Amino acid sequence: MVSFKRIYADFKVFSVGYLRNKYGLFFGLIFPVILILIFGAIFSGDTGTTDIYAQNKDEGIFNPEGITGIGINFGDQFLSALNESSTIRVVIVDASENFEDFLKAHSAEDGIVIPANFSKAYASGQQVNITVYGSPASSTSGIVSGTVSGYANYFNLQHYNGSVIIGVTLTPLNAQQTNYIDFLIPGLIGFSILTNPMFSLVNIAADYKKNKLFKQLSLTPLTKMEWLTSKVLFYIVLSAAGFLLMVSVGVFAFGAHIMLSSLEQILALIPFLILGPTLFASLGMLVGSVAKNPETAGVIGNIVTFPMMFLAGTFFPLSMMPKYLQTVAHVLPLFYVTEGLNNVMVYGNITNACIDIAVLGVITAVIFLLAVKLFKWRED
Amino acid sequence: MFSIEVTDLKKSYGSLKAVDGITFTVKQGEVFGLLGPNGAGKTTTIEIMEGLRERDSGEVKILGLDPWKDGYEVHKKIGVIPQEFTFFEKTTPKEAINYYANLFNVKVDADAILKEVLLDEMEKHVFESLSGGQKQKTGLALSLVNSPEVLFLDEPTTGLDPNARRAIWEVIRKLKSKGKTIILTTHYLDEAQQLADRVAIMDHGHIVAIGTTEEIIQQHGSGERLEIQGTQQLAKYIKENTDLQVEYNQIREKIIIPLKNKIDMLAALAAAEQSKMPWGEIQTLQDSLEDVFIKLINEPLGEQQEKEIEQKSNKKGRR
Ligand SMILES: Nc1ncnc2c1ncn2[C@@H]1O[C@H](COP(=O)(O)OP(=O)(O)OP(=O)(O)O)[C@@H](O)[C@H]1O
Ligand SMILES: [Mg+2]
Repeated sequence: MVSFKRIYADFKVFSVGYLRNKYGLFFGLIFPVILILIFGAIFSGDTGTTDIYAQNKDEGIFNPEGITGIGINFGDQFLSALNESSTIRVVIVDASENFEDFLKAHSAEDGIVIPANFSKAYASGQQVNITVYGSPASSTSGIVSGTVSGYANYFNLQHYNGSVIIGVTLTPLNAQQTNYIDFLIPGLIGFSILTNPMFSLVNIAADYKKNKLFKQLSLTPLTKMEWLTSKVLFYIVLSAAGFLLMVSVGVFAFGAHIMLSSLEQILALIPFLILGPTLFASLGMLVGSVAKNPETAGVIGNIVTFPMMFLAGTFFPLSMMPKYLQTVAHVLPLFYVTEGLNNVMVYGNITNACIDIAVLGVITAVIFLLAVKLFKWRED
Repeated sequence: MFSIEVTDLKKSYGSLKAVDGITFTVKQGEVFGLLGPNGAGKTTTIEIMEGLRERDSGEVKILGLDPWKDGYEVHKKIGVIPQEFTFFEKTTPKEAINYYANLFNVKVDADAILKEVLLDEMEKHVFESLSGGQKQKTGLALSLVNSPEVLFLDEPTTGLDPNARRAIWEVIRKLKSKGKTIILTTHYLDEAQQLADRVAIMDHGHIVAIGTTEEIIQQHGSGERLEIQGTQQLAKYIKENTDLQVEYNQIREKIIIPLKNKIDMLAALAAAEQSKMPWGEIQTLQDSLEDVFIKLINEPLGEQQEKEIEQKSNKKGRR
């Protein structure tokens, strides 16, 4: 029997205590904002290597006249050449896909399509155009079209002394311009959703055990589930406050583009602001209760937290990381928070966000129940 | 009607037998003192009774319930001050009382409770800023919130000033007059004598004495003795001229004569007068609880060996 009166009583005492602690407030609310200011200032406008989707529709040619070789596909050659560049990494999309739909579905705003007659035209010296998708104003888009043009010129030079055989057509996508700061806001919201409850509950679990506060509480009708629920509620409120603060700073200080125009988007955000803190408060509790003493609790807490802090798309958009790290990121619970927040706030892709919500929901339920089960009020 | 029944209770930590087979009962409305040196096993015993630690073996019944299995039920009916009570650092005593009242779903007058434990001045100070004694008083205040039938007070007055100690004694007496059962541990023997109806003295996980303080003193004390201020020569003179047992304490310059009968006193004093040596103050004394306590606690090694030695020499003598 869960009593809301007890949960509220515990929530009130905990909140009042938290607000009396200046450090708690600083790390809970002010610190992430400072991070936004620092990272926003350092990285505004800059990008590294970008992942780019490419579809090769080129049918190739057989035994072309004048050029030796059987079964040549210049489209493949062109994409491999592009992949050698330091700015672009090509991700091949199957020729059967509808490319524009694919880009939308993957929340990507840049892409390349090589036409079906590419090899034939190139071999016979007829003009042919590669299509580059992107929003003209976005910084990555400029890099992509610039790089593709560069390699087109190189191919032109190789066989035709520079006369324009391969051209580049820019097709603007109906996508918003996204800057680093646009990724940074959801990333750091994810960061604070992770760190606040996580560090706090690892600490509380160890501290309450050492100071016998759990024993003290076990002498009251408050249950473990109620106690943890009250902590979770507190960190949901704190995360919501942090969310509003960070979004405001992002929008007003850096002109971040945040899509929160429709009711649908706002509704899609709420699950992340609820599930995220629930997940990490429970995870913190779990770590704190399996550890034998406060020191090991701290160490395990860091081992669990730090990879997520850096690899789950908090400080950098995931697409900027090497492929294998992107794969690793999928096992980190925080990934589904940041990816989901990105899907809602940056790409406006609610369908994908729903998948993140589902995955997150399952992980959260498991961790919460495990935490309630494994942490002990009393000693054996 | 017993509020508490403990039968052959055992609890070990590794090879250390913290509680090694103790049995006792506490009647409803009784104040029961648990005494013993550091590490005797008092806190372990109390926390097992509170349902905070699991026992290895033995039976424990609190108001007829098993405190480990039926902890949730038992906890509604008991009040506890743990040894070295701590609470949320940033919470004031008054907030703490109201918090507990909400958890137990009872209505209390927080101000009245604070006044009762002499904490009303500090009601607005957060726990971490309270003094040791004030923290302890907060613990007492919280243990009263749910109007418990049984109270477990583990060293409730350790570190308190004399006034505060007496205030807490008053609270305990008031609780007793309301018919509450109270288990109290303390290192202050006067406190045990003042408050407890019965006491148990624990040592190394065993109960070495149990009963009212008078009973314990009678059973384990050495009876009445006469002390005369005087020199060693006088002691020697008395010993040679009476058939009394005479000891001399050089530091206090006291001649100590255990009295088997009251009349022995006359013989001793007559001998002293006869000696023509000067003698000072005279006193008859009885062992205090403290004397008995120290004797009992030092016994396991010291006296046990002495007894063995005594027995051996007796056997030799008989041959
Ligand atoms: N959790 C524990 N783990 C290991 N040993 C323990 C534990 N709790 C108690 N002990 C040991 O059990 C013995 C009894 O301890 P306990 O705390 O019951 O003593 P106590 O009589 O309350 O002493 P004090 O007067 O100092 O409070 C001690 O030797 C202690 O080291
Ligand atoms: Mg103790």
